[in-house]
Amino acid sequence: MRQSNLQDNRSVITAGEPSPQPNSWWGMKKNAIKANKHSYILMAPYMILFSLFTILPVVMSIIISFTYFNMLEFPRFVGWQNYIRLFLEDDVFLIAIKNTLLFATITGPISYIACFIFAWIINELSPKWRAFMTLVFYAPSISGNVFFIWLMIFSGDRYGVMNGFLIKWGILLEPIQWLKTEAYIMPIIILVQLWLSLGTGFLAFIAGLQTVDRTLYEAGAVDGVKNRWQELWFITLPSMKPQLMFGAVIQLTTSFAVSDVSIYLAGFPSVNYAAQTVVTHLIDFGTIRFEMGYSSAIATVLFIMMVGSNLIIQKLLRKVGD
Amino acid sequence: MNFLLRLRTKRVNRSLFGNFSLFMLLCVMGSFMVLPLIYAINNAFKPLDEIFLFPPRLFVRNPTMDNFADLINLLGNSWVPFSRYIFNTVFITGMGILGHVLLASAAAYPLAKHKFPGGRFLFQIVVLSLMFSGAVTAIPNYMIMSWIGFIDTYWAVIVPAFAFPLGLYLMKQFMEQIPDALLEAAKIDGASEYRIFWTIVMPNVKPAWLTLIILLFQMLWGSDGNGFIYSEQLKSLHYAANQIVMGGVARAGVGAAVALILMSVPITLFVFSQSRILETMATSGMKD
Repeated sequence: MRQSNLQDNRSVITAGEPSPQPNSWWGMKKNAIKANKHSYILMAPYMILFSLFTILPVVMSIIISFTYFNMLEFPRFVGWQNYIRLFLEDDVFLIAIKNTLLFATITGPISYIACFIFAWIINELSPKWRAFMTLVFYAPSISGNVFFIWLMIFSGDRYGVMNGFLIKWGILLEPIQWLKTEAYIMPIIILVQLWLSLGTGFLAFIAGLQTVDRTLYEAGAVDGVKNRWQELWFITLPSMKPQLMFGAVIQLTTSFAVSDVSIYLAGFPSVNYAAQTVVTHLIDFGTIRFEMGYSSAIATVLFIMMVGSNLIIQKLLRKVGD
Repeated sequence: MNFLLRLRTKRVNRSLFGNFSLFMLLCVMGSFMVLPLIYAINNAFKPLDEIFLFPPRLFVRNPTMDNFADLINLLGNSWVPFSRYIFNTVFITGMGILGHVLLASAAAYPLAKHKFPGGRFLFQIVVLSLMFSGAVTAIPNYMIMSWIGFIDTYWAVIVPAFAFPLGLYLMKQFMEQIPDALLEAAKIDGASEYRIFWTIVMPNVKPAWLTLIILLFQMLWGSDGNGFIYSEQLKSLHYAANQIVMGGVARAGVGAAVALILMSVPITLFVFSQSRILETMATSGMKD
């Protein structure tokens, strides 16, 4: 709407110049491109770099995934062989897929809902408290690599905070090797990942809640909205659809890409690959074994998983409130 | 009157019990979020015997600055002067932010305000790229870097940051709010597109700059150039910090001090820019 207005005005301004009447679709496009050359010039630097460091790598990754490539010899075309090996012969990859899906299905939705619920409660506080609580919840994700603090908490000796407290309270007699015991590794990484996950999506929710039209609540109260839950469902959620979409994409993408926390806490490789994720598997083959074709196949699978699940989620969210 | 009405509706839809239980939930989860950070802060001020105390204690008893003194000692003896690490990180962060804010704003302006062939499509691709993380492109990225000759230079970290997609996305959404009348008035006065961008659009999107700055700052401040930078004298503060933390038991106190310094910078920055950042995020709709 707004854009079309601007468009009209431009044509009014440029109407004085004689321009050849376009007779074909291509002619019209060509004129439009010429008229907007400033737009292209403004966008060029960003778009060139964006293509070079984002689009081109994705395309390259897909192409390389069909080759055998070790960085020394010229890549050799091998067809689907990498993918066949990945899914049929590589047991560790199956563990990695399982772990990654576990992360995505647990931390994705939980962090998403947590982001929203905390933002929603915080929104009811007075401005001073709101700013303070926002900081409290946002601080872990902003403060860089402080998740090493969890290394101290789950340290395997009795000086580790967790062991220390559990022994003091008499729940444990012996310290537990938290990060070296298969059964505990995943839950701990999920916990730390959740701790880190209230980031950009959370901020978007806090901000979105503040933009919801106040008069809607008043109208709702008149129309018989009885409690805060109805208010949430009938007024707040539908008004925040754009932010809900944005948050979903951010949370889902981060929960698919878990690797730093896993490598840092559980080691690389972790005990019996208990904390292997698709990304750590990719790092393993890409930077240690130099099997570039194979790791590109892993990257392609990850790419399809991330984009595919995001598109599905978006489709589902678009239905909310329709 | 309006104020009274709001107060009344608020009371109608809120129960005391609900308020209380939600507030309790917030407090419990808030302490889960903040306790590890408090522990980290306190550790930086603990003397070594308190760090290895059984049972462990959250708060420091006899605060001391020894860890920071040790840190300065340690840094005085390192092979690469510590100021070099600081310079590297500041340079990478500064250049990356500057370039990103300029390029992303320049690209966002036509996307937000003009209609031209391919514009929508290009924006769609940027939105699509929000849906996958950098890990997917790590390997081809390395190859591209080595073709251009960026390996083992600062630019391997700085230049990709220029084209960080989230920044362009937020900037474009924010720019859509600038009233068209303003731009049209300038156009009628004879200003060129570049002049409009530089003298009218840019000053109007200052809150969005801050958001881009803090997002990029977070990303670049924490980057260690892993995989791209090999020379010791080009490595970042973060890399140096990691080495100190990895020093093990004897360095536990110094490690805590380093961690405190590293995390306090982005948090301080956020505290001062919070309201502006929220303003930008409010426009962050996933519209297409």
